[in-house]
Amino acid sequence: MNETWIILGATSSMARAFGRAVAERGATVYLAGRDMEDLKGSTADLMARGAPKAQAVKFDARDPSTFSAIIAAAQGEEGLINAAVFVGSMPTQEAVDVDAALIDGTVQDSFTGPARFLHMLAPVIEARAGGTVVGVGSVAGDRGRLSNYVYGSAKAGFHTYLAGLRNRLNRSGGHVVTVKPGFVDTAMTWGIEGMFLVADPADVAADILKAVEKKKNTIYTPFFWRIIMTIIKSVPEPIFKKLSI
Amino acid sequence: MLWKTADYSGWGRVHTAHGEIARPERASSLARIMSETPAPAFGNRRSYGDSPLNDGGRAIDMTRMDKVLGFDPETGVVEAEAGIRLGELMRLFAPRGWTPAVVPGTGFCTLGGAIANDVHGKNHHVAGSFGEHVLSIALFTNGKRVTVSPSHNKTLFRATLGGIGQTGVILSAKIQMMPCLGTAMRVTERRLDDWDEQIDALEASTAPYAVSWIDAQARGRKMGRGILEEADLSDERLPSRAKPKSVPFNIGLFSNGLFARAFNEGYLRRIPEGGKTSDKPMEDFFFPLDKVHGITKLYGKAGFHQFQCVVPPDKTDALRDMMTKISRSGLASPLVVLKRMGDRRAGMLSFPMEGYTLAVDFPNRTKATKLIAALEAMTAEAGGRLYLAKDSLATGDTIKGMYPEWQDWAAEADKADPEGALINDMVRRLELRSKA
Repeated sequence: MNETWIILGATSSMARAFGRAVAERGATVYLAGRDMEDLKGSTADLMARGAPKAQAVKFDARDPSTFSAIIAAAQGEEGLINAAVFVGSMPTQEAVDVDAALIDGTVQDSFTGPARFLHMLAPVIEARAGGTVVGVGSVAGDRGRLSNYVYGSAKAGFHTYLAGLRNRLNRSGGHVVTVKPGFVDTAMTWGIEGMFLVADPADVAADILKAVEKKKNTIYTPFFWRIIMTIIKSVPEPIFKKLSI
Repeated sequence: MLWKTADYSGWGRVHTAHGEIARPERASSLARIMSETPAPAFGNRRSYGDSPLNDGGRAIDMTRMDKVLGFDPETGVVEAEAGIRLGELMRLFAPRGWTPAVVPGTGFCTLGGAIANDVHGKNHHVAGSFGEHVLSIALFTNGKRVTVSPSHNKTLFRATLGGIGQTGVILSAKIQMMPCLGTAMRVTERRLDDWDEQIDALEASTAPYAVSWIDAQARGRKMGRGILEEADLSDERLPSRAKPKSVPFNIGLFSNGLFARAFNEGYLRRIPEGGKTSDKPMEDFFFPLDKVHGITKLYGKAGFHQFQCVVPPDKTDALRDMMTKISRSGLASPLVVLKRMGDRRAGMLSFPMEGYTLAVDFPNRTKATKLIAALEAMTAEAGGRLYLAKDSLATGDTIKGMYPEWQDWAAEADKADPEGALINDMVRRLELRSKA
């Protein structure tokens, strides 16, 4: 079976681990991101791990002119075209409080950029009557909290977009998996105070691949975050607004 | 954030360090760190002592720099970033007919660590040390990237193999793997009743892989009894069977004499009188303890030491005296290994020498450290050598006396790293460099 994966934000450690997992099962991979030197290194890595083809492509969530070339290239591949979105940016809430303009970039990186890309890709998935979109959101998108509600609201928007896209693609055989990771041991969380139960990116990637195979709609990874977030979501707003968690 | 303040330690957990750690994931971030604030690097910290540590300073965690940069299925040459685990190279390439020619007892050892310690394996007497299979190394040293190989920057190459990271941060390396037909090993194990049988059996063995386990609790006539394990590559294809287990908390079983005696008795009886031959998955043969996560917790929270020495082939009497002392002390954990070593070594500070190497784990207690000091003196007396990847107790004078090329190495390290930016806790403790 031919399968092609477009991985957006392919320089992140979670994306790198996911790319390795699909390469080992023989997928063709398009690695999309900004650091072309790193992406080129990753293409060699994925081919050594079993990908018949791996290609680095320029992608900038804030520059939609980079989008169509990626989709066009992937369309040249046979079989189903899949996409996994790992992009997003998380300036600290303190930084945003000093400079409100940071909100625009965060929303573009975490929501509108990838949403626009997926919207351009959707007709391809429909035309081929199948394919999976993996959208990596965040537990931060489940409820607005003092500590990072700008990032959280961008991810919440992305979650809603993914739910709608799932509804749409379902009609033609496509599927969308919404992934809500808790704390993952990545460069983004390295050295941040207060991290606990931090997951290894390779374990998260394995969870995602399993969710793709089982056509899950929304997963939390590691799984216990579903319980944690159920509790957090169930706190009544009159109480929640007084908390700082 | 680039830097994270953390407490960390080597595998033995006796030496600890507190300081800032960066864990770059891309070549560009590593290059930036190295040009702005160069610091010593570490991998999975499987060295027992203080070579991966830089207390009060900065250090670079290389484990996320782990890409395969190229693989040629025709020649078996693989190039990879320094943070890749040797076990990962085996997992990826053995099913395709190639495996690292030399691996130590843990698959968690990184490529960079294997080079920086010039590690050896159960096949040292035929395959030599890891460094002999290294075709080239990319180093970041003194503000620039340099490539070293047996033909290019030859002296720096020899100083880098076994050079505990002092000649530059190892970015990537190209190694020659060896062909394998399957993913398994054909292993023959047989019981040996005493020390003399051990030495005779190792001396007579013609197997490409040969190593002995010793019951370090056995005394008197049984002193030195154990199991000889001989192996060769098998054409069977076997995936690893062992399921990961973990040790949940610090429990000093391995530092308990009663437990060690019971364990050893059972371990010995595992092998029938007439011996046994079986096919084992490569990973299970080479890395038997890797599936037990947190195994060091079995030594309790004080941590442990590993004493590993090598003595010349005509000094087996000295080694027998050491073993007698160890068994009388009752302090040794069940993890004791004896091996016949060949004379091949790749770097100036490489450990191997022709003879016998003995490795014993001890819990970190006063009695044990005194015993280790005595064993170190006996090693020196026998003209032997201690292994830097294991050492946490020796003095600088002892080590320097055992490594004839030490001064040449120090000069080369100082030339490559004139500011002493890469000096780690081990180099400071042993005063191996002029800046230390």
